[in-house]
Amino acid sequence: MKNKYSIFSLARNALSYHQRWQTAWRSPEPKKQYDVIIIGGGGHGLATAYYLAKECGITNVAILEKSWIGGGNTGRNTTIVRSNYLWDESAAIYDHAMDLWSDLSQELNYNVMFSPRGLLHLAHSVHDMQEISRRGHSNHLNGIDAEFLNPEQIKKMLPFIELDCRYPVMGGILQKRGGTARHDAVAWGYARAADALGVDIIQNCEVTGFNIRDGAVCGVQTSRGQISAKKVGVVTAGHCSVLAEMAGFRLPIESFPLQAMVSEPVKPIVDCVAMSNGVHAYISQSDKGELVIGASSDTYTSYTQTGGFDVIEETIGAIVELYPLFSRMKMMRQWGGIVDVTVDRSPILSKTPVDNLFFNCGWGTGGFKATPGSGHVFAHSIANGEMHPIAAPFSIDRFHTGGLIDEGAAAAVAH
Amino acid sequence: MFIIECPWCGKRDQSEFSTHGEAHIARPEDPSVLSDEQWGDVLFFRHNPKGQHYERWNHAHGCRRWFNVSRNTASSEIYASYKPGEARPGAGKS
Ligand SMILES: Cc1cc2nc3c(=O)[nH]c(=O)nc-3n(C[C@H](O)[C@H](O)[C@H](O)COP(=O)(O)OP(=O)(O)OC[C@H]3O[C@@H](n4cnc5c(N)ncnc54)[C@H](O)[C@@H]3O)c2cc1C
Ligand SMILES: [Zn+2]
Repeated sequence: MKNKYSIFSLARNALSYHQRWQTAWRSPEPKKQYDVIIIGGGGHGLATAYYLAKECGITNVAILEKSWIGGGNTGRNTTIVRSNYLWDESAAIYDHAMDLWSDLSQELNYNVMFSPRGLLHLAHSVHDMQEISRRGHSNHLNGIDAEFLNPEQIKKMLPFIELDCRYPVMGGILQKRGGTARHDAVAWGYARAADALGVDIIQNCEVTGFNIRDGAVCGVQTSRGQISAKKVGVVTAGHCSVLAEMAGFRLPIESFPLQAMVSEPVKPIVDCVAMSNGVHAYISQSDKGELVIGASSDTYTSYTQTGGFDVIEETIGAIVELYPLFSRMKMMRQWGGIVDVTVDRSPILSKTPVDNLFFNCGWGTGGFKATPGSGHVFAHSIANGEMHPIAAPFSIDRFHTGGLIDEGAAAAVAH
Repeated sequence: MFIIECPWCGKRDQSEFSTHGEAHIARPEDPSVLSDEQWGDVLFFRHNPKGQHYERWNHAHGCRRWFNVSRNTASSEIYASYKPGEARPGAGKS
């Protein structure tokens, strides 16, 4: 039985100098057999396991993670949460996630620090203005909040912005419900809650192959031996193509490095998230005070979790042009993650050519915000053997039928 | 970030080049006879190996010519760069 986190448990543990906190999840040995195996212990995989146990009554579940949970893109992203996508299918899945974000800390009894502080997209060109106007109106039709701002209103939100610079600020679109959440806490919160429902979280366990009989998956080979399973869900982000190859098919996905960085901590100054898709730079401030800055992805495929210095330089150049105040800030850390990019910049939640083998991937540069919604609909899809209605349009079939959900071309979408 | 050897100009910084994905894709002779399935494969499905890969690069800020590179996507090691039309070198170091 898990101890509940509360003000009382905090006080009680303070008395024992915080030496007696229960471990947040067990580290069990893998069993021989599970009803469902989830490969990949990022936020999406952990959320899937949690909802399988919580809502679908399937508790004989293992998460197999090759290194440590949350160490992939989940722990490397810039934590932006929003749902103001262009197309109906995207609006449905990202706004489903938004609904779940709003009380996720209570649901998991874990503070995921969801902070709907407002998400501002800046427009720097006529094209950008047209894009935000089209997207904003489409958001309104889907019941998603979107406010158009003029440069004066933007200056009020960000008094230190340079409106009249190389990238003139012509307008903006604000989603007030958008913001940030604490990425690690999302992984840990789902892990702890899933573990409490009986899910086995098995770290340092790399999947190296699938056991497939009569066209259906029946187990996996791992660095810790064979494990059989009735159903398998693959949620390995940048490595999804590697897993697909093991199962004998290809995905319409390529893997690219995406970089981010944080500055030294300073007093609160940026109280929303400001994104400039057109110039590939976005900025927010963590609760610790660091400026969190993200770039566009590197242009070549890679699995190295590092990117080029030229990309960082370009991003910092744009940040300094728009916010000259930050020109003398020191950057403390910089890193990369490997993002799984589809041609239409929309994810894949799908059955596959192998029966009982499901994939949830292709979230690319922007899947953190979808974590609760993705895990929720994917869990129901695996449990029922049929894709959940919100997930169904994101099937691999769309690359053969032509039913693309083209967020890339439509929204110049970054995160 | 790495150094790429342009077959015409020699070794240059990667930032001088633009990259254009998988190389040696044979375009279908007669697209109209393809099924939707085959056409989707042609348009959207690419190899995305963790390891040795053949890909197209352009020396955008140099001679502006196209060429192919054999590169390891897990280590960024470049095994070979070669002119279009030349046979692909064997996997790994040549
Ligand atoms: C720099 C950066 C900034 C980003 N910014 C944002 C943002 O602001 N907002 C946003 O919404 N999204 C953002 N994203 C995207 C977001 O991080 C991802 O879409 C999301 O976190 C993916 O979660 P996941 O659980 O699917 O993948 P991951 O967290 O990557 O988890 C996949 C897991 O699978 C494991 N795995 C791989 N292969 C195997 C194997 N063979 N066996 C076992 N386990 C395996 C990996 O170790 C990894 O832990 C950003 C990404 C990056 C890199
Ligand atoms: Zn050249």
